[in-house]
Amino acid sequence: MKAAIVLNSFKRKFGRKIKKARIEKIEHKLKNGNIISRVWFNVERNSFKDAVKHLCKIYPNPHFSVASGYDTGDHIELIYHFSVNYDSKLAEICISMHVELPKKNPVLPTITDLIPGALISERELQEMLGVMIKGIPDSRRIFLPSDFPKGVYPWRRDETGPEKLIRNLNKGGSL
Amino acid sequence: MSKVKPGTGRKACSSDSFTLSIGPVHPALKEPVRFNCEILGEKVTRVDFELSQVHRGIEWIGTRRNPVQILYLAERICGICNISHSLAFCRAVESVAGIEVPARAQYIRTIIAELERIHSHILWAGIAAHEIGFDSVLHYTWRVRERVLDIIEYLTGNRITKAMLMIGGVRRDIAEKQYPRIREAMNYYNRYFDKLKKIFLADPIIKARTRDTGILSKADGLGLCVVGPTARASGIKKDVRQDEPYAAYPDLDVRAITPDEITGEIRGDVYDRIAVRLLEVRQSAKMIEKCLRQMPAGKIAYEEKVPKLLADLRGAEGEGIGRHEAPRGEVFHYVKMVGEASPFSWKVRAPTYNNLLSWIPMLLGEQIADIPIVAASTDPCMSCTNRAVITDSGERKVLGQDMLHKLSVRKTSELRRRLGK
Repeated sequence: MKAAIVLNSFKRKFGRKIKKARIEKIEHKLKNGNIISRVWFNVERNSFKDAVKHLCKIYPNPHFSVASGYDTGDHIELIYHFSVNYDSKLAEICISMHVELPKKNPVLPTITDLIPGALISERELQEMLGVMIKGIPDSRRIFLPSDFPKGVYPWRRDETGPEKLIRNLNKGGSL
Repeated sequence: MSKVKPGTGRKACSSDSFTLSIGPVHPALKEPVRFNCEILGEKVTRVDFELSQVHRGIEWIGTRRNPVQILYLAERICGICNISHSLAFCRAVESVAGIEVPARAQYIRTIIAELERIHSHILWAGIAAHEIGFDSVLHYTWRVRERVLDIIEYLTGNRITKAMLMIGGVRRDIAEKQYPRIREAMNYYNRYFDKLKKIFLADPIIKARTRDTGILSKADGLGLCVVGPTARASGIKKDVRQDEPYAAYPDLDVRAITPDEITGEIRGDVYDRIAVRLLEVRQSAKMIEKCLRQMPAGKIAYEEKVPKLLADLRGAEGEGIGRHEAPRGEVFHYVKMVGEASPFSWKVRAPTYNNLLSWIPMLLGEQIADIPIVAASTDPCMSCTNRAVITDSGERKVLGQDMLHKLSVRKTSELRRRLGK
């Protein structure tokens, strides 16, 4: 129920900038079984920061779980996962926002000013997918070693992907 | 809103401070992380850390395997949390494919996950005691932990890597005749809870070392999105088992444990983190007993034949999230499937990922001798060896694990003298 309220609030505020909105329901059939609901939607890149601001307004201190992402060919798709309203039984809502970035200009504003805990994910997105997080307070690598070649992004599926390094590993050669 | 500003790159040492670099492997829990602390006298004034020692590309490997093969990989992400990762992965795939897990399998999943929590928390308690120089406590707690490892071996065939889960259920049943031995072990933990409580929470020296050390305020914890016992010790009642009950947790009525239940207040320090973990050991033991009482009969898997299961999964399309409250906090898996044999995308987020940044507010203003216990208090999990290098105006001094450990032990003995114990 609450999931629908949250989704409607986003729909009212952002109108057509929100697409593919859906509520996923998962049922646990037990003696005291339950149904949990999760919110998914796509938000346009230009409204992404406002959408996160809106989320912080409805639920102060949203919990940012992680950002996942993948390469779809022409685009890079990022998914920011949040969970809000935790604290009591079955009240929590998981919200996942998709953002599509064109490969030619993969730039997204930082959200660390709203949620400081997002820093590690933003650093990870930069090194793994080659996106640019505008205004990131610390742009160093985090998981990749410092001698990992520049311009190779492990989560990409195009020519900047890690494929050529893998063959090298097979031959036992150096990078 | 948190006031913590995470580090903005390396900074040169000023004339009156120097940088203490601890790593590349962390000295407390033998994990590959390097700390760069700026020290002014004895005080930590700036904290920065480097990971990037052991990135194994497990997610990349996973997108070239089928979901059943990935289960083996997921089990090997972490030595302790092998049920946690595979359970989160199973839940993600099950939600994509719309697979319903039989009730009995949900109960078995819960029992195994809770056994893992008891094992992990007691292991951690032993290490925490070692960090502050109580080696007899380390040996005592690890002896107490053996009992749960015996039970895990009894149920799964292995002490650590349990290989118990399958997509859509579990691999092995727990037979009725096995219940008494599990019950007996849970009674053992209920009995020893009071003793552990006395050792860790009533001892004046442990209290002096851990009270008001490594404080994480609730506001900082919320801003930095911490999870697990680290969050709960700061008063954030976040626990996936309570917020979004899954497996058999809807029947168990779990609530997040905060330290005020035992101490009457929440300070968010190392002491509180010990209290939360001890309470959770008791909570897990009670949950397992309840599971054994309520366990329904029935199937243990949605589909026992793996080729049939794989054929079903090959047709699955969509994306899903799997969450599980691991001993250290929430494990989060994202899976996207596009109707092929392997998933298109798999993202794993372990609890330490979110707890990393909390080291900054915890360590600021603390002494060098407190770095090991404070860093260990979040129970970080990355993977072993260690040494520290102190650089001071061009000169290099190497502080080994032994030296750092000695510093910590010396602080405890000084406290003991001062307290007249």
